[in-house]
Amino acid sequence: MYSKKIIEEFTNPKNVGIIEDADGVGEIGSTIDGDVITVYIKVDDDVLKDVKFKTFGCVVAISTSTMVTQLAKGKTVEEALAISNEDVQDALGGLPKGKDRCSGFALDALHKAIEDYRNKS
Amino acid sequence: MMDIMKRIYMDHSATTPVDPRVVDAMLPYFTEKFGNSSSLHSFGQEAAEALSMARGHVADSIGAREEEIIFTSGGTESDNLALQGVLSREPGKRQHIITSVLEHPAVLSTCDFLKSIGHDVTYVPVSSEGIVDVGDIERAIRDDTVIISIMHANNEIGTIQPIEEIAKIAKDNDVYLHTDAVQSVGKIPVDVDQLGVDMLSISSHKLHGPKGVGALYVREGTSLTPVIFGGGHESGLRPGTENIAGIVGFAKASSIAKERLGTDPARMGRLRDALIKKVFNTIDDVRLNGHATQRLPNNANLSFRHVEGESMLMLLDIAGIAVSTGSACSSRSQHASHVLDSIGLDPDYIHGSIRISLGRENTMDEVDYLAEALQETVAKLRQISSPVEC
Repeated sequence: MYSKKIIEEFTNPKNVGIIEDADGVGEIGSTIDGDVITVYIKVDDDVLKDVKFKTFGCVVAISTSTMVTQLAKGKTVEEALAISNEDVQDALGGLPKGKDRCSGFALDALHKAIEDYRNKS
Repeated sequence: MMDIMKRIYMDHSATTPVDPRVVDAMLPYFTEKFGNSSSLHSFGQEAAEALSMARGHVADSIGAREEEIIFTSGGTESDNLALQGVLSREPGKRQHIITSVLEHPAVLSTCDFLKSIGHDVTYVPVSSEGIVDVGDIERAIRDDTVIISIMHANNEIGTIQPIEEIAKIAKDNDVYLHTDAVQSVGKIPVDVDQLGVDMLSISSHKLHGPKGVGALYVREGTSLTPVIFGGGHESGLRPGTENIAGIVGFAKASSIAKERLGTDPARMGRLRDALIKKVFNTIDDVRLNGHATQRLPNNANLSFRHVEGESMLMLLDIAGIAVSTGSACSSRSQHASHVLDSIGLDPDYIHGSIRISLGRENTMDEVDYLAEALQETVAKLRQISSPVEC
């Protein structure tokens, strides 16, 4: 069973959307696999001023996506890179057994967005 | 204050609520008439009598004879008994089974096991509408083929297979035909002679009976060995003291389902068709999986582009509606449904499927409510998933 926190985040996800002039974009997955997570970041003075996402996927994919964006927003690039899968799971009140595999995808998408930003700058 | 919300159950292919009349019929067999049917005294006689009556009712519901019904613990055990029971007649001899890619895991996993002990299995494909090609089955028959097992109606997409035609081929080639009719019995008329099958699996809890009981119809003259061993119950094919209360409930449920066959299928078909129409009128990029007409009247399996099944299921659950999804969680460790895979569903749609299976109690108001909830659910998830702002 999903935690109350997961259901809450899943039903009212924050930071859904696209940043048109994003400084970094990271995408993970494919429709064949069943989830696609795209994270957009806006960086100002080494700080993630804005983080948004678009996710096609299950309850875990959507709730981890919104949680990753919430955890990363306002952090420095280094701090954002230090966010662990455990941090995301803890913030969601834990994941049911067997569901932890896809929990890292949103974080991977964030890391890819940061990598994209660093490659550009 | 707690929200008092009506819950709507539309997952009758998973299980059904037990009919209160079934519960009433069962109750005396727990406390007063608790005897063991093998006992000679009056307690045992009561149980034996109940067992015989129940066997008669179940047999009657599928046009079989009393002695052709073997009570089991349910559909899975019936499937196991049919397949393993035929193949274990000649231990050590390599034999061949024909089945389809669309079968329930109760058949597919049994086939996996039989393969692991040296037997051979041919899995015939299905069309994009989820129907087997009878010609494929005929061509798959070999000298060592002993049994064909093709499900009557599919549990996910509700497609009904041409069992009568397959039966002719089986008969011509002197091969047994088993069908898993767990989803069809009680939903559409099922008659073993009309179908021409040698064995047929039924489950009680799919037709408003209790869980933990089912039957395997075994046509007279069919040669079968038990797969578990013990006393001589159920013609020696299924040893173990009978679950009398469960069997009595199953029989009552079968009789009620048979009586209702005159009205239920048409009524459910109307609700189902209304639902499909509403969904297609209000939501873009949707598909109906399975065959348009050759399907169970209570089944609608729908796929929506760019939404994921589990997410839909959860949002509908929050709205108070229980349905199921064929698409397992999108985690890469799990695969999309083998059934949806077998009909070659577009990858853009395969993860976004839900199965709505209606029951006797569902109403047009509930169907309307579901259609509205689906519209909102899909819009919400597409807003989260869409690669463009919307």
